[in-house]
Amino acid sequence: MTLIFTFIQQAIGQGIAILFGATGEIMTEKSGNLNLGIPGIMYMGGIAGLMGAFFYENHAKEPVAAIGFVVALLSTLIVSMFGGLIYSFLTISLRSNQNVVGLALTTFGVGFGNFFGGSISKMAGGVGQISVKTTAGAFRASIPGLSQIPVIGPLLFSYGILTYVALILALATTFILFRTRRGLHLRAVGESPATADAAGIDVTKYKYAATVGGAAIAGLGGLYFVMEYLGGTWSNNGFGDRGWLAVALVILALWNPAHAIWGSLVFGALYILYIYLPGLTRATQELVKMLPYVVTIIVLIITSKRNKPENQPPASLGTVYFREER
Amino acid sequence: MNHNTVTNKEPLIRMVKRGHIGKKRAWTIRGIAMLISLMVCALVIVGITGQNPLQVYAGIIDGAVGSNRRIWVTIRETFALLIVAVGLVPAFQMHFWNIGAEGQILMGGVASAAMMIYLGDALPNWLLIVLILVVSSLAGLLWGLLPALFKAHMNTNETLFTLMLNYVAMQITTFAIVFWENPAGSNTVGIINSATQKGWFPRVLGSNYGLNVLLVLAITAAVSIYMKYSKQGYEIKVVGESQNTARYAAINVKWVIVRTMMISGAICGLAGAIIVSGASHTISTSTAGGRGFTAIIVAWMSKFNPIAMLAISGFLVFMQQGSIQIASQFGLNENASDIITGILLFFMIGSEFFLKYRLEFKHRKENAK
Repeated sequence: MTLIFTFIQQAIGQGIAILFGATGEIMTEKSGNLNLGIPGIMYMGGIAGLMGAFFYENHAKEPVAAIGFVVALLSTLIVSMFGGLIYSFLTISLRSNQNVVGLALTTFGVGFGNFFGGSISKMAGGVGQISVKTTAGAFRASIPGLSQIPVIGPLLFSYGILTYVALILALATTFILFRTRRGLHLRAVGESPATADAAGIDVTKYKYAATVGGAAIAGLGGLYFVMEYLGGTWSNNGFGDRGWLAVALVILALWNPAHAIWGSLVFGALYILYIYLPGLTRATQELVKMLPYVVTIIVLIITSKRNKPENQPPASLGTVYFREER
Repeated sequence: MNHNTVTNKEPLIRMVKRGHIGKKRAWTIRGIAMLISLMVCALVIVGITGQNPLQVYAGIIDGAVGSNRRIWVTIRETFALLIVAVGLVPAFQMHFWNIGAEGQILMGGVASAAMMIYLGDALPNWLLIVLILVVSSLAGLLWGLLPALFKAHMNTNETLFTLMLNYVAMQITTFAIVFWENPAGSNTVGIINSATQKGWFPRVLGSNYGLNVLLVLAITAAVSIYMKYSKQGYEIKVVGESQNTARYAAINVKWVIVRTMMISGAICGLAGAIIVSGASHTISTSTAGGRGFTAIIVAWMSKFNPIAMLAISGFLVFMQQGSIQIASQFGLNENASDIITGILLFFMIGSEFFLKYRLEFKHRKENAK
């Protein structure tokens, strides 16, 4: 029984970073932008938060956890929005191909993360890995009292604040997308920018806002990973392919962030299943690790049998809009 | 009055689509973009290392072409990137977003490593190498065939399908490494057949990498001719432009999609053999090393022109090799080259806009009059 509880806890821990990425990517894709730079942006967001906290803790005589928390959060938001801005400027203003820009951004972002993660200690005159225990402590602090309740406590209330932020953001994004006028406009831009433009919606503004905002949300996934999951340190390529899983989760969730919540739990569970399955050898473990990708492919195939229009990707996804070219 | 309100609403900068752009003009714009990107890279490197930018660029040149060995490494890496880009061309001309080259390369690499390990002692070397080339192509072909079948028959999104297959390929590689690891427990394969050199490309043209270059050039020429002069190449372009037109012209669209992706996957698989048998002589999950993604950008930016593909591959690899040198010189890690590559790509991608559009600034005609 406790094994199942730890399994669920671990699965949630794995899933939250993916959930942030997927929520950001859904918001972006709803504007018609397929941002394949999300994995890179998540790396950028993660390392930025870590660097912010690192410089703060190194310069302050007695680092205060709350200030470190704010510094890390702001650094992450600024840098990941900068990543989103590069993508937006190239694809929206300069009308470059979205796939090409996205992949270039991922190359850049992963390099950015690994470069600074690997060498920042050295550049700052230290040795070995970066560690920001004080700030990470603030991210890891669980709700006092509630987390002490047996069974429910560890299962529901033992996580750091970003876990709950992820859930709230996913629900809020769903609400904004499907229940507000802005959301309606955004979806119109994603389905048919020409029609939206004719209806007087500022297509460029919506695309920029959704892409940069989506990047900020995705960047928080990187912050979650370095602070809450790793406890305030960095390992090169440690974030792995979670960014791509986030892109995949968008499909599994059928472009609805609320669905991405349970989807992230499924992905998180599949990600660590190999640890809990008995009787696996080193070789067969590697085969079990394939599961998240195989499941995504199967979902992709099933959803491609067009059944419901609302389960389809935004109609203009991946295409560039130029008013004079209709 | 009416005239005035209209001119007032005119934005400061307006973009106008260019009808046609001369070759000279196009390359001038690209050249300017490259210069700016080099300056930004220099600023970034200087900002990080605090060194004189000229010294930094001297270091980059030294790292890329500073010795005979480094020149050959740069050539080897350039052609490894080129063949992947060439492999992507047929798929992209069909508007099929094959972003699974990474996985196709890995599958080809795993196949050639398997041949080298299991048949290294059983076959004469020339036969083994021929077999490696064939089997690795088949492995890549299979990895391209899967998403193509679903795209052709069920219109499954190929971008995400091929992307996911990359990670399936990566797990297959780690799975294989468990059986091949050497020494035991190291979780790496080590240099395969390091004593016998079985399955290694022989020395051609006085270099270990001569055969790599020849093979890649041959494939590049073949694909160019295939795309430009063959009926199948024409069919691919028609399907890419409009599937309805293709159907109207009695082209079997489904078959064209499947056939083209088999070719594309096979060439990427062959690239895996060239990397494993012709260069690294080992296999790991980083065998593809992001080439599958970089090649997409190379193929797209060069508009599928083989000479331009060679030039862009060469430029990117030059800068990569150079920044690896810079990084080790200043004790930074080798990921610096990814940042540099990213910056170069942003500028090169951005410059394409100025080839297609012209910016017109708002004229103060009223004052002039």
